[in-house]
Amino acid sequence: MKAVPSAAAEEMDGLLRVKNLRINFNSNGRTVEAVRGVSFTMGREKLAIVGESGSGKSLTARSFLKLVQPIATVTAERLEFRNIDILRQTEKEMRRIRGSRITMVMQDPRYSLNPVIKVGDQVAGAARLHQRISRGEARKKAMQMLNSVHIRDPERVYELYPHEVSGGMGQRVMLAIMLITDPEILIADEATSALDVTVQLQVLSILDEQVRMRGMGLLFISHDLNLVQRFCERIIVMRRGEIVETVAAADLRKSTHPYTRGLLESAPRIGGPRTDLPVLNRAEG
Amino acid sequence: MDAVFEKAYRAGEILISIFITYLGLLLVTFLIARVIPIDPVLVVVGDRATPDVYQAAAKRLGLDQPLWLQFLSYVGGILHGDLGQSFISSRAVLSDLKRYFPATAELATAAILIGSVLGIPMGMIAAAREGRWPDYLFRVLGLIGYSVPVFWLGLMALLVFYAELGWSAGPGRLDIGFDGQIERITGFLLVDSAAQGEWEIFRNALSHLVLPAAILGFFSLAYISRMTRSFMLDQLTQEYVITARVKGMPEWRIIWLEVFPNIRVQLITVVALAYGGLLEGAVLTESVFAWPGIGSYMTSSLLAADMNAVLGATILIGTIFVIINMLADLLYRLLDPRARRGLANT
Amino acid sequence: MMTPAPPSHRSHAYWLLDPDPKSELQARLGSLYRQWLILRRNPLAAMGLTVLGLLVALAILAPLIAGYSPIEQDFTARLAPPSVHHFFGTDEFGRDIFSRVIYGTRITLVIVLVVVAIAGPLGLIVGCAAGYFGGLIDTVMMRITDIFLAFPRLVLALALVTALGPGIINAVLAIALTGWPPYARVARSEALVIRNTDYIKAARLSGCSHARIVLGHILPICLTSTIVRVALDMSGIILIAAGLGFLGLGAQPPSPEWGAMVASGRQFAFQQWWVSAMPGLAIFVVSLGFNLLGDGLRDALDPRRR
Repeated sequence: MKAVPSAAAEEMDGLLRVKNLRINFNSNGRTVEAVRGVSFTMGREKLAIVGESGSGKSLTARSFLKLVQPIATVTAERLEFRNIDILRQTEKEMRRIRGSRITMVMQDPRYSLNPVIKVGDQVAGAARLHQRISRGEARKKAMQMLNSVHIRDPERVYELYPHEVSGGMGQRVMLAIMLITDPEILIADEATSALDVTVQLQVLSILDEQVRMRGMGLLFISHDLNLVQRFCERIIVMRRGEIVETVAAADLRKSTHPYTRGLLESAPRIGGPRTDLPVLNRAEG
Repeated sequence: MDAVFEKAYRAGEILISIFITYLGLLLVTFLIARVIPIDPVLVVVGDRATPDVYQAAAKRLGLDQPLWLQFLSYVGGILHGDLGQSFISSRAVLSDLKRYFPATAELATAAILIGSVLGIPMGMIAAAREGRWPDYLFRVLGLIGYSVPVFWLGLMALLVFYAELGWSAGPGRLDIGFDGQIERITGFLLVDSAAQGEWEIFRNALSHLVLPAAILGFFSLAYISRMTRSFMLDQLTQEYVITARVKGMPEWRIIWLEVFPNIRVQLITVVALAYGGLLEGAVLTESVFAWPGIGSYMTSSLLAADMNAVLGATILIGTIFVIINMLADLLYRLLDPRARRGLANT
Repeated sequence: MMTPAPPSHRSHAYWLLDPDPKSELQARLGSLYRQWLILRRNPLAAMGLTVLGLLVALAILAPLIAGYSPIEQDFTARLAPPSVHHFFGTDEFGRDIFSRVIYGTRITLVIVLVVVAIAGPLGLIVGCAAGYFGGLIDTVMMRITDIFLAFPRLVLALALVTALGPGIINAVLAIALTGWPPYARVARSEALVIRNTDYIKAARLSGCSHARIVLGHILPICLTSTIVRVALDMSGIILIAAGLGFLGLGAQPPSPEWGAMVASGRQFAFQQWWVSAMPGLAIFVVSLGFNLLGDGLRDALDPRRR
């Protein structure tokens, strides 16, 4: 494991701290170890966790929200948000953190938005959950939020249902929902993976703008190495529940770790060589 | 303009479909009537009539016409409300039905209220606590509701709650002393007595209504809670529920304010179907509780082989069924926001 | 060195569970066996199976278990409460209710079997044909199905039995004729899925007649879901039959049909409760057993759980 060099290191507040995280699933008497001893620290930065499906990256992120606990066994020497021990928090205490201090945007707004509630009301609802404001005020805040994620006529869009908006707009609505309470950390779990490339860029730039504006930390989960290299500051590479390498985005292409190199080489690049793409050797070891 | 035309076309399609089904319904009852081994002419003229009288009677009954013509006049008659005459009561079947229907409607409505007001929350709690004791308890209750014969349960309930414990009033809609004391406006005793301020009668009617409504309600409860649980479980695996948790919503809010709106529309269909099922259960329950409704009418006509009356009641119940299903379908299309068309642009 | 052969009682299980079946027969039997194992593990379904087994056993062994004749009257023992001599008491004719209930299992079993034997294949064929041929045949058959489904089942059966006259044969006929539509629906939806598969097209191309395809290929696949539907329906059949019996439209006296027994006990219900209570309890238990079995079957055969 490489040391963590980065300009952001000096500013690290240590927003998130995890040491030796283990997540196990029990099904039919067999135990599956999905996350095996993951440790890292995150500050006010754009940190990416990259890996193939099944690498445990989503689970790691969600354990900070304590959403994994009901269906799996989560243990760690440390699992902290600021100085709050997540492992010890009660459900009630977690509800004060979720949605207001740590939030998460998921992959597909067609499924992650409630299909029978107007999108605007879903944004307003998020605000009212954590602040004592009236419906009218919440509505106004929601409009403002829709505006700030670059939705051009918020009055019209407010009244729409999720199936009536496109993917890109849906993700912007999700962002509005998850940013309206001004959280300290946003987790983006494959947030752009379901979008077209051009729309991806739009949403990413909005995300970038918001993160910078609010001085938040962003935990960006993805399988797309090229994407995170351009977008994030630091990258953690995971494989089968373990961290394989942690590297600054700028240094990604210089990595000598065989797995990381494998990932880099198997991703197609525009302007790259036209030979067959190498395939990752997934044999053990 | 195209959209309007398309909607009209679809509505027309549905109406025609319902019409054809209804026609089929009438055809089935018509055929059943023709299946009777008893000669309907003989019923009218007696078996010692001369051939001339027989022919004349047959002609008057329209029985010399080809079958399909008979069917047409049958349908025509029904559309005019002519359901024939009951030979026990010597009244038009239609007026008999009008007399007896409100009692059944009152019973069925009370039962469906019990069934849904209790059944829906039960199903939701069972789903939210899946695998734990409330789930098992409610599922067992539902299973019992599906398996127990309604007439037997009614009888046992009368035995326990009326004869032994004296908690509930006995069979019938009112104590005999109150018979005919209030004017009949809607035929719903609760409504009529309340409207006329006769509170003693109201309470009495209520005490008679409770037990049969509870028994019938228990059935719809079994069905409604099972369907509710099933719908809820389907929804609880959806992503938007995770979003709600990420937002920090407490569990009860998620269930009632986020998930429930998603199953509301399906539940309407379920309740409508349950109501139809209640009409069936009413036939047997009314017999046990001496409830003077369509069910009792049907059973007494059955035993006397009064075919017109039986078929008339069958048509009525079938008609209600068709109407309820139609309404449920309509409500479903109207209320589901996903039925709204069109995709907004970015 | 020869290894000793595995004990014979295990070898059939190994053969059935072989992940690499050598023949179609082995594959099919293996699949059935796996489903049987799942069914057995489900405690509720096991209970249902027990009840069903008990029903069949009692029906067959009735004369040995009953102790009294179901129709012999004994006026010295009228309306006697449950006791060591008469486990369920006696009715107004002095007949032993326990014996009547036991003999009544035969009637129940016969009713269920005959109804299923008529309505099952009828629904299956109509549904498969409708789903496979599509077009006009489908529309017409589904229209007919809809019409039957537009009536509450009991009401239609009642009307039919009134027309035909009371009696167990007519009752069974009425229940069967009003009960096949749901099976047709289920079979049809399965048939719709399969009819576009490549191997059906291949069968057509190789010259199979429509009849042969429907009977030989489509039917067997629709069979499973139809069986589940029938199993789920069986308790409903029992309840309707009991209802008809209660109204006097089923098996005629002195037949020990449970519904009729409940009805005849009505007049004494408040004093001599056992006359109505016992046969009704029997209906309940059997119906419950079928429901448990049906639920268990559905869970075992639900493709999502395999």
